[in-house]
Amino acid sequence: MDLSYGAEAEAFREDVRSFLAAAWQPGERRKADLKDYIRAFRRQAVEAGYLYRSVPKRYGGAEQPVDVIRAQVIREEFARARAPMEVGGNGVNMTVPTLLEKGTDEQRELFIRKTIEGEYVWGQGYSEPGSGSDLASVRTKGELSPDGTRWIVNGQKIWTSQGMQSTHMFMLVRTEPDAPKHDGITYLLIDLDQPGVTRRPIRQMTGEEGDHTFCEFFFDNAESPVSWQVGTRGQGWQVSRTTLKHERAAIGSADGLGNQFRKLVDLAKEVGRIGDPLVRDELARIEGFVLSHRYTSFRLFSCSAAGEDPGRVALMMKLYLTEIGHEMALLAQELVGEHAFVEPAGAGGRGPRGPRGPEKWLDQIMGSLGNSIAGGASNIQRNIIGERGLGLPRDLALELEAGGGRA
Amino acid sequence: MRFHLSEEQIAIQDAVRGTLADCWPMERLHKFADSGDDFDPDSWAALMGLGLGGILLPDSGMGLLDAALVSEVAGEMAAPGPLIAQLLAVAAVARSGSEAARAHLDGLVAGTTIAALALGDSQFVQSARAAQVLLVGDRDGGIALVEAGEGVTIEPVQPTDRSRPVSRVSFAGAIRHELFSAGDPLAASLCDAALVLIAADALGGALHCTDISVAYAKEREQFGQPSGRFQALKHQLAHMALDAEPARALVWYAAYAWDAGLPDAARAAAMAKAHLCDVYVRSTRAAVAAHGGIGYTWEYGLNYWFRRAVLNRAWLGSPAEHRVRAAVMAGW
Repeated sequence: MDLSYGAEAEAFREDVRSFLAAAWQPGERRKADLKDYIRAFRRQAVEAGYLYRSVPKRYGGAEQPVDVIRAQVIREEFARARAPMEVGGNGVNMTVPTLLEKGTDEQRELFIRKTIEGEYVWGQGYSEPGSGSDLASVRTKGELSPDGTRWIVNGQKIWTSQGMQSTHMFMLVRTEPDAPKHDGITYLLIDLDQPGVTRRPIRQMTGEEGDHTFCEFFFDNAESPVSWQVGTRGQGWQVSRTTLKHERAAIGSADGLGNQFRKLVDLAKEVGRIGDPLVRDELARIEGFVLSHRYTSFRLFSCSAAGEDPGRVALMMKLYLTEIGHEMALLAQELVGEHAFVEPAGAGGRGPRGPRGPEKWLDQIMGSLGNSIAGGASNIQRNIIGERGLGLPRDLALELEAGGGRA
Repeated sequence: MRFHLSEEQIAIQDAVRGTLADCWPMERLHKFADSGDDFDPDSWAALMGLGLGGILLPDSGMGLLDAALVSEVAGEMAAPGPLIAQLLAVAAVARSGSEAARAHLDGLVAGTTIAALALGDSQFVQSARAAQVLLVGDRDGGIALVEAGEGVTIEPVQPTDRSRPVSRVSFAGAIRHELFSAGDPLAASLCDAALVLIAADALGGALHCTDISVAYAKEREQFGQPSGRFQALKHQLAHMALDAEPARALVWYAAYAWDAGLPDAARAAAMAKAHLCDVYVRSTRAAVAAHGGIGYTWEYGLNYWFRRAVLNRAWLGSPAEHRVRAAVMAGW
């Protein structure tokens, strides 16, 4: 075992540092001025090979060979310099890889550059009010226009992140109502700026509302050209399963958890409970999980760098993170005491907020619940670990539905 | 950057696993458990024949991580002792300046001289009746090698852990070679290594409990279906795996930190001991529950792992005691 990145990576780190020292000097720039500066900086960073490494040059990327160690060094150094990374969001994380794998040249030309430059913001159109964990049951309908050139979309999508900012959506629509459920779905891109689309923010249990929360979308004869369909008609389910592994292994989520744990220790100090033996025991107990998560992320990263399969543990990380978040929330709730009687300003959100005391932990206490639901609910994670990780037989209902016949 | 096992390390584990599968099947464990013995010469000879005794020699090219990988498999197979004692006795004697103690080194490495571990203030020692030397002391008071025989009183007890039976041991005027005096950092470091090896044994045991529960859920049928198809049990099994598998890296890190002399090595050892012994106890309880009636029988043998978890948890300090230490070391 060796947790250093090696001499080659450290030399590369020096290059990144020199680049950042020269290229990232935002100074006192604000608002539009800063925005322009960031845009120009990202272009330079792409030029240097540091951002959008898996995206071909012709679409505005850096087109670099896969190298998880370099990618990690870049993340670390950009974070240290507080320099902006890729624009992020669903567009960069999902639309771009999907188009690179399954899209047409026309779609790539049309969407990738504008997505990575932040001009196009993508909402995810998967969940529906009646389709949560059973995603393949989507009912939003897609029908061909009489002339066969456009898809006409009717239905409802829900839980769209960045919904109020989204310019476009990638969505699953049912186009073959008579086909078996997984074979009747088409993966479609759609422009959200049209009369047939209505969006509405969802007020969350945290109180969060307005521009930064999730949205629900209503489609009433909304249209999209047939050329914006990704993959074969009826094969959208397979397209949505496209998972690209471009430098995905990161130690980032472990750092986030570690930071949160340190803040929990600070909270215990702030409220004068750090000397309480029960609190100390509980902190150390939770830290056992936090460190296990951290070192397992090292393990996954190491396997990824070596091109080896880490096995079943990779399937466990999301649920592990979620469960640790719950443990931290419970201890935080004990520690905040009466501070919890006052809801923090700007609860849960990214909006303006004033000075905040221990009550700010209400955000984490409520927010940690979101992890049990978003991106694959915890019980679905347990199924995945049990079935794909441990090789246990599938639930009978699911097996019958998948056409497995009598088990 | 490397933080996963090498092919060589996996090969060591496979060799130990294969050896124990041959010489330590369940029927052998059953016999041993009822024999009243505290040492099994055949499996000991087989393990020592693999050269495990020398892993913690300073110039072996291996380290605590490799020792922990062996300890993990011993835990997985509920192997009899005194493996952890032997590994540590070699580490201690080889790093000490005591000529009298070093006279035992070759025998310890070969396994012909058997060592028992009497660290801490516990009066209970595994394989005490078989041992020729005992590693005695603690992290603050220094560590010595004591010759078995005159001055060492050994009183057999009915041991809870049947795979590693303990006796009650007391010392009065025994022959004693000081290895590390009070305040020598090597004494504390050796105690840290012991914690890591116990954590590794717990890891192996917890993973084994998970694996046999999963295997049983695939073959046991109820309502005409393998019981593992039912979501309630599937989710319990998923949680057993979730508890044990990510904790593997905690053991790796603690061993790596000890080998590399990192500043957080002592704290990492305490965290690993506390966490893995908790995990092990949870895993054995969950395994009995997941098996149902068969898991509650003596014959099935799950009880040996359960009993091992009882011993590991209390051995050289409970999880709560190590969390107290970890809190102090963190400056809380």
